[in-house]
Amino acid sequence: MCLAVPLKITEINGNDALAEIEGVKRKIRVDFIENPSVGDYVIVHAGFAIEKLEEEHALENLKLIKEVTDALESI
Amino acid sequence: MLWNQFKNPQDIQRIVKAINEMDIPPIKIMEICGTHTMAIAKSGIRSLLPQNVKLISGPGCPVCVTPIERIDSIIELAKNRDVVIATYGDMLKVPGSKYGESLERLKAIGANVEMVYSAIDAVELAKHNKDKKVVFLGIGFETTTPGTSLAIQAAKKAGIKNFFVFSMHKLVEPILRGLIEMPDFDINGFICPGHVSVILGERGLEFLVKEYKIPSVICGFEAGDILTSIYKIMLQIKEGNAKLENEYMRAVSYEGNRKAFQSIFEYFEPCDDLWRGIGLVPMSGLKLKEEFSEYDAIEHFKIKLDNTDKETACKCGEVIKGKQQPTGCPLFGKTCTPENPVGPCMVSSEGACAAYYKYQVI
Ligand code: SF4
Repeated sequence: MCLAVPLKITEINGNDALAEIEGVKRKIRVDFIENPSVGDYVIVHAGFAIEKLEEEHALENLKLIKEVTDALESI
Repeated sequence: MLWNQFKNPQDIQRIVKAINEMDIPPIKIMEICGTHTMAIAKSGIRSLLPQNVKLISGPGCPVCVTPIERIDSIIELAKNRDVVIATYGDMLKVPGSKYGESLERLKAIGANVEMVYSAIDAVELAKHNKDKKVVFLGIGFETTTPGTSLAIQAAKKAGIKNFFVFSMHKLVEPILRGLIEMPDFDINGFICPGHVSVILGERGLEFLVKEYKIPSVICGFEAGDILTSIYKIMLQIKEGNAKLENEYMRAVSYEGNRKAFQSIFEYFEPCDDLWRGIGLVPMSGLKLKEEFSEYDAIEHFKIKLDNTDKETACKCGEVIKGKQQPTGCPLFGKTCTPENPVGPCMVSSEGACAAYYKYQVI
């Protein structure tokens, strides 16, 4: 029901969209997303995009993991 | 790709080492969400943890928490020739209380049962089968209910009269409160459900810390995310400093997805609801609001909801409460396998028993 990995939007037509993961395309709805556009990465749950992933937030997120591991390095 | 970096083996090694070196008394950490259960089993994280850190699966698999009484009601409904049951695939194999009955078996002998990927697909089905009554099985938490809301909206807009929802939707906060308040509750920390948190936002989980002081981390689904979250929970426990941390910041904001959240309460209202193996939990379910009762399958078909939780041989209830590991069930891997499941935890792709079986967690 819930896909743990983000999908990439490849086509949008109103609230209907196509999103792709590893070459497989799925029909999704984007009603709950603010300003969806082609190329956005979204989290999809039961056919609905529930959040858009911003690259900037993903990088911050990686930084957070790195901070943990770097702190461990220095122990 | 950027998303792959959340499972960088070097980071993982370092975190695993730190987890194993931390001096900490025996603790139990519960992952609430079924997708975490699967991710943990798949990545073999349990085998990387020290003996004193136990991961327990919680009540976050929608199919697993659906009581057998509801499965029986659905199976009765599926026997009605005028009805088409539209459901997510995970519900197909769940056995009812009568031997050999499931939606899949009924379909094989001619019942109208259709698998759908989204609630909207069920509305389409209704559009194309005007002579039938299409009943969508609404299961799942705050992540799935917004989709059901939109389906009702779409049916209303298109004037579709043969679309109904059998709502078994549930809310996360009341069941967590219920679990925590059980006298034998012994979980020391929560891996909070990533996608439910996308909808609720950090603020929707603050009660875990503010009211119950339980270390809690909102967590993503890659191995790096899960190990980082476990480490953070352990650190909170060690330092005696319970707080809500957000490890899944690429997807979860403080406010959550308000548009999706609000759509739930436009169409549904909270009601007492029955959970498998747990019983009736106050205000933990969602029923259609009065003004949308024409779409309510329970009203339309006059389904009498049985709210007494029946005892079955399956121990899913205990598994969901974190009281028993799947491998502790006498039926596990013997009478109960994914091909021939006895309980929903073995059926659902998010169920703890299925996860243990598939990835051979012993
Ligand atoms: S192994 Fe089967 S019978 Fe036992 S708890 Fe799991 S699903 Fe139920």
